[in-house]
Amino acid sequence: MENLPRIVAVLLDGVPATVIATLGGIVLTIVLSFVAGLALLSPQRWLRAVSRVYVELFRGTSEVVQLFWIFFVLPVLVGFQLVPLFAGIVVLGLNHGAYGAEIVRGAVQSVPRAQVEAATALSFSPAQRMRRVVLPQAVVEMLPPFNNLFIQLLKSSAILSFIVVSEVTERGVQVLVPNFGSDIVLIFTLMLVIYLLLALVITAVMRTLERVAAGRLGRRGASRQARAEVAVG
Amino acid sequence: MTPLWDWGYAFSILPRLLEALLVTIQITVLGSLVALVLGLVIAVVRRARIPVVDQLVWAFVEFVRSTPLLVQVFFLYYVLPHVGIVLSAFAVGVIGLGVHYATYTSEVYRAGIDAVPVGQWEAAAALSLPRSRVWTGVILPQAVPRVLPALGNYVISMFKEVPLLLAVSVVEVVNTAKEISSETFRPTEPYTIAGLLFLLLSYPASILVRRLERRSVAV
Repeated sequence: MENLPRIVAVLLDGVPATVIATLGGIVLTIVLSFVAGLALLSPQRWLRAVSRVYVELFRGTSEVVQLFWIFFVLPVLVGFQLVPLFAGIVVLGLNHGAYGAEIVRGAVQSVPRAQVEAATALSFSPAQRMRRVVLPQAVVEMLPPFNNLFIQLLKSSAILSFIVVSEVTERGVQVLVPNFGSDIVLIFTLMLVIYLLLALVITAVMRTLERVAAGRLGRRGASRQARAEVAVG
Repeated sequence: MTPLWDWGYAFSILPRLLEALLVTIQITVLGSLVALVLGLVIAVVRRARIPVVDQLVWAFVEFVRSTPLLVQVFFLYYVLPHVGIVLSAFAVGVIGLGVHYATYTSEVYRAGIDAVPVGQWEAAAALSLPRSRVWTGVILPQAVPRVLPALGNYVISMFKEVPLLLAVSVVEVVNTAKEISSETFRPTEPYTIAGLLFLLLSYPASILVRRLERRSVAV
């Protein structure tokens, strides 16, 4: 127990890299999810095909393979190597973006057809229809699954220890385990608690966003209940 | 300059990678068994709502779900020997993967159990069936088929997470690719083949699950 302050200090050292990788990964995931998800719904056949190949390729292979491929194989092919943290962000984003694309596609398709027809009747352009009518409703549906996806991404960031990014897992396993062998239970418990806390932060932020997004649609948070009441009434 | 892709080399390393794939599949199958059985146990126990036990199980599930599988695997690998349990890396992998995914499958089972109409419970109670018969004869036969696609998806996810176990030096596909590329200094072929092997198995499997999904919706 007397090593507790030093163990905590080393682990906290790894938190910035974990947070940067997770935030970077989340930003890239959001961008790719929307681009690929909307492309899956495009009337353009080739655009759908390209997006489908991306989604199936990254959902069909293991994330660790993707990481090693981008970190070890890509340099052979293009002649330069990515900085480990950056390579990690790219892989986290590409992988989870493929899952996010299906979330976006599903949510957009779940918006009632009549909404699109009404917008057409009001002579909105297709872009306006998407931005003003469909997406604000779809986003509310997307937020809970995205919450799960972002927590998956946070957990996946631990694989960055394979390419020696100094994040929480790498600090714990490479620095603490060899030096504080007798405190092994403490080390791992603290590591897990750090991830748990970060996951709670993600959930708290996403819950707030859910309330805001539902409020903007006039649904005032308890959207599901309100809709259920409308359905019954 | 050597070519970007050397077919002769690719074929020469294929047997080793396929052998490792067999290990990956073994771990997936055994881990799935743990996840499918333990998940069901968790779901049924939570349904009983025993005070304290229920809260403890809930906390365990949430904790395991919210933290990385990789760290949990390290935990099992380093901590278990301290308490006198020495397991092979293979066994650590099966247990780690199985327990982690049991927390997911327990939620899936719960959803399936919740979807069984209340009338079924009441009918079983009216027939004064013993508790075990209510589960095995009435509830589970209705709950489990409904959630098979979701369980299938988790099995596929487990298959793709097996490479994490290279951290505790399980000789699965990616670890083998890593070894080969450090022996030969040619990473392109081993890693690309490793990726293709995953795609080759998980893509058809996910199509199967999707078909199953459509059929169960029709029911």
